[in-house]
Amino acid sequence: MVTKQVKQLDRVIIRFAGDSGDGMQLTGDRFTQESAVFGNDLVTLPNFPAEIRAPQGTLPGVSSFQVHFADHDILTAGDAPDVLVAMNPAALRANLGDLPKGATIIVDTHDFTARNLTKAGYTSNPLEDESLGEFAVHPVNLTGMTVEAVKEFGLSRKDAARAKNMFALGLLSWMYGRPTESTIAFLEKRFAKVADIRDANVRAFNSGWNFGETTETFVVSYEIKPAPMAAGTYRNITGNLALSYGLVAAGVQSGLPVFLGSYPITPASDILHELSRHKAFGVTTLQAEDEIAGVGAAIGASFAGSLGVTTTSGPGVALKSEAIGLAVMTELPLLVIDVQRGGPSTGLPTKTEQADLLQAMFGRNGEAPVPIIAPQSPGDCFNAALEAARIAVTYRTPVMLLSDGYLANGSEPWRIPDVEDLPRIDPDFATGPNHPLESGESDFWPYLRDEETLARPWAVPGTPGLEHRIGGLEKGDGHGNISYDPANHDFMVRTRQAKVDRIADSLPPMTVDDPDGQAKVLVLGWGSTYGPIGAGVRRVRKAGYHVAQAHLRHLNPFPKDLGEILARYDKVLVPEMNLGQLSMLLRAKYLVDAVGYNHVRGLPLKAAELAEAIGELVAQAEDITVDLVSTGDSKEVSK
Amino acid sequence: MTTTTEGTELPFPGLRSGTELVPTNDQPQTGKEYTSSQEVRWCPGCGDYAVLKAVQGFLPQLGLRRENIVFVSGIGCSSRFPYYLDTYGMHSIHGRAPTIATGIATAREDLSVWVVTGDGDALSIGGNHLIHTLRRNVNMTILLFNNRIYGLTKGQYSPTSEPGKITKSTPMGSVDHPFNPVSLALGAEGSFVARTIDSDRKHLTEVLSAAAAHRGTSFVEIYQNCPIFNDGAFDAIKNPHTKADAIIPLVHGQAIRFGVDGAKGLVRDPEGGGVKVVEVGSGPGQAGEDALIVHDAHNPDPTTAFAISRLTDSGYLNQSPIGIFRQVDRPTYDDQARAQISTARDVAPGEPADRLAALIGGGDTWTVV
Repeated sequence: MVTKQVKQLDRVIIRFAGDSGDGMQLTGDRFTQESAVFGNDLVTLPNFPAEIRAPQGTLPGVSSFQVHFADHDILTAGDAPDVLVAMNPAALRANLGDLPKGATIIVDTHDFTARNLTKAGYTSNPLEDESLGEFAVHPVNLTGMTVEAVKEFGLSRKDAARAKNMFALGLLSWMYGRPTESTIAFLEKRFAKVADIRDANVRAFNSGWNFGETTETFVVSYEIKPAPMAAGTYRNITGNLALSYGLVAAGVQSGLPVFLGSYPITPASDILHELSRHKAFGVTTLQAEDEIAGVGAAIGASFAGSLGVTTTSGPGVALKSEAIGLAVMTELPLLVIDVQRGGPSTGLPTKTEQADLLQAMFGRNGEAPVPIIAPQSPGDCFNAALEAARIAVTYRTPVMLLSDGYLANGSEPWRIPDVEDLPRIDPDFATGPNHPLESGESDFWPYLRDEETLARPWAVPGTPGLEHRIGGLEKGDGHGNISYDPANHDFMVRTRQAKVDRIADSLPPMTVDDPDGQAKVLVLGWGSTYGPIGAGVRRVRKAGYHVAQAHLRHLNPFPKDLGEILARYDKVLVPEMNLGQLSMLLRAKYLVDAVGYNHVRGLPLKAAELAEAIGELVAQAEDITVDLVSTGDSKEVSK
Repeated sequence: MTTTTEGTELPFPGLRSGTELVPTNDQPQTGKEYTSSQEVRWCPGCGDYAVLKAVQGFLPQLGLRRENIVFVSGIGCSSRFPYYLDTYGMHSIHGRAPTIATGIATAREDLSVWVVTGDGDALSIGGNHLIHTLRRNVNMTILLFNNRIYGLTKGQYSPTSEPGKITKSTPMGSVDHPFNPVSLALGAEGSFVARTIDSDRKHLTEVLSAAAAHRGTSFVEIYQNCPIFNDGAFDAIKNPHTKADAIIPLVHGQAIRFGVDGAKGLVRDPEGGGVKVVEVGSGPGQAGEDALIVHDAHNPDPTTAFAISRLTDSGYLNQSPIGIFRQVDRPTYDDQARAQISTARDVAPGEPADRLAALIGGGDTWTVV
């Protein structure tokens, strides 16, 4: 028995990488669940190719899953992995550039054959030359040991080798002291119907653990204590799952049946899959013939008294634009969920981006204002869905919710809310006539507005006496009949805009994080950049500098106090995964000299680079020299 | 011979009615109740007027509650239809009415849903939605007003215009090959496919009754004259002197026979595999009465119905079968979607709030105290 040393760490970033058929997403997901149950704070970053099975062993076929877990609260999946698990030469080569000096690399040597090395573009074996000299490399025959371990189950060699990801997971679980019960329970359930595969996977997992414990290759294991978190019950959740739950909750909290009309598209399809499982909540899911039919059916369902929802990504929003305009004109509640991905056109289907903000804002013919809200983390997608539903139902308007690929597939621990505390949403259906006639009787005017919200009545078919016609042609104020009157059109255009502007009256004041009130620089973001911005701000503060941070949930309308907040700071930095779309809106509305920090690499912003950009702006604003490198830890810091 | 479906048993015994879940009205209704306050603004002489009148006259006969009827349209002359009916209605966007109607019909079993569309709206910009609605068999009635021209945009050729048609956009003649709407609907798995004529109110009303009674997507092509941009497109079947030879009437259970004194009929064509027109009689080249095809709208196999639909001229219209080509029972999308929800609810009792708490609190959880 080897004497093993246990080292304490406050945080670790592990990246599992392999061929897209190697089960790396599952491996990462299981490691994440184990870490979540253990009580670490964590953030994950899955990264996979758009091709389902790109040619085996090639660079384009590499799929990876990065998990950052810590004994304190963290905000990002980490800039650079401390540990890389590479299942083949391509996985090593594709990820090597992201590793800092001294990082640990665990390599499955089995696939380091001449053929695979060539496929990955290696002219010599990196395990045998000096090229990995700066790293702590552990060459291990994971596949060979897996095949040996599961021999007794009589699987084909191919099936036996497929369990290698569980062997790797077992090894890493040992190294980081992860609890194993949940993974064993998971495997037993997942492969319940195929006993030999089930047993082989459990055996491979346990063998990986035992290998770590007994081998001399690994002499150190690590302990990362649970992170202190607010009291409550937690689960690990991805953005798409949280968003789906938020939509189910919106149905329950409003008493409206949820109707999803959707067409499959990456990275939004998981919402369709998830909602299709919740029919018991009265959720209808229609997989339509195209994007337009998806939104059309949702508008029809809203007209008929459901909460109409359509889920898509950027290219789908482009196709739905005309129908969203119809919902603006007919003033019906509608949720449009855009899980943004790299664009334009087909772009980068599996990568993240925030470049649909201006499409959401302006991507329709005519003056067609649509409220926009954005979640800031995977778990926050739940609240964002409820808030989108509140606005849509209260103001009778389509609402655009901008998630993105990183939020959709990334995960974090989520404190499960108490259903009692969730907001209630009142559909407030019209029940009777609203317009008195001279005769003393009354009739129904579908475009008479609520004085406070400017919302029109929602009169659902089946309600006697409220028969009415709506449509895309301009409506006469009040009575809602077709009107080509110039003054009426001008009035209605302004009224639709005013209605959306009125939403700001219902928003809470913004939260500005400016601990000592001395900051001259404000970093303002929206959406999934919340994590990297927070991490970057912490670095700057840890180095002893002042910086304020605020994050927008509502992009249209902006919160009422935003202008005043912007005016308080000498410099405003706006980090975005686009070329400056929020910056453009802020400049237009507030005449503020917003400075952009923009990357469109298909990946989340890197906290360290962002911190440098913040530092530069602090240096300018305060006329000082800012040095983050010598004072700051190069890793993500706690508050 | 007449051009009506008189004598046809509709709805068919044993089949669920298209309106069976829609609340009925015990008070007699009038066409006036169904007439909205809006001034009708089609061109004088437009065939749409006749169809509107027929529908306003027919809806009271349905005996449904007026508030449970919804008309949805797209864009085009005919798509103004919902504004003139005092029911619930939506004048939507070009080609998309079937999608909106699908949402309405699936969300609500208690509504009678109607789509009003035209040849451009349904067959050009909205072709995809039309075929998929027919395939799904969503419970609604689609009225396709076919005037074989774009009217609202002032006279371009449409996907049903005859080849060679000279219009503003085709000064040397159209080189597009047209759709046959009935063939298309049959090919798209339509469970109820019919054709009627704007000017034959009796036949129109009978077809509408059968369409409303059918559970599933009822597709009705209505030949409709545009007096401004395509006047006379249907003269052959409207002219009293020629119509007997131009209209091939389809009546379920009856031999398909037409022409002056029933001189012509349809027989199977063993050479081409389809059907063909023959003279009825005992002379050389003629066919006896017993050789004529007896129309069977309920045949599960649509082959013969399709063959009959091919007798429609794609050029200038000299001959066209009129009536119900096909009516078969097939489960509807909306009934099945609602049944799944109801099944799921049966096995998940309890208050929604409690079930929501169980849902979001599921999975691997841990508690921090």
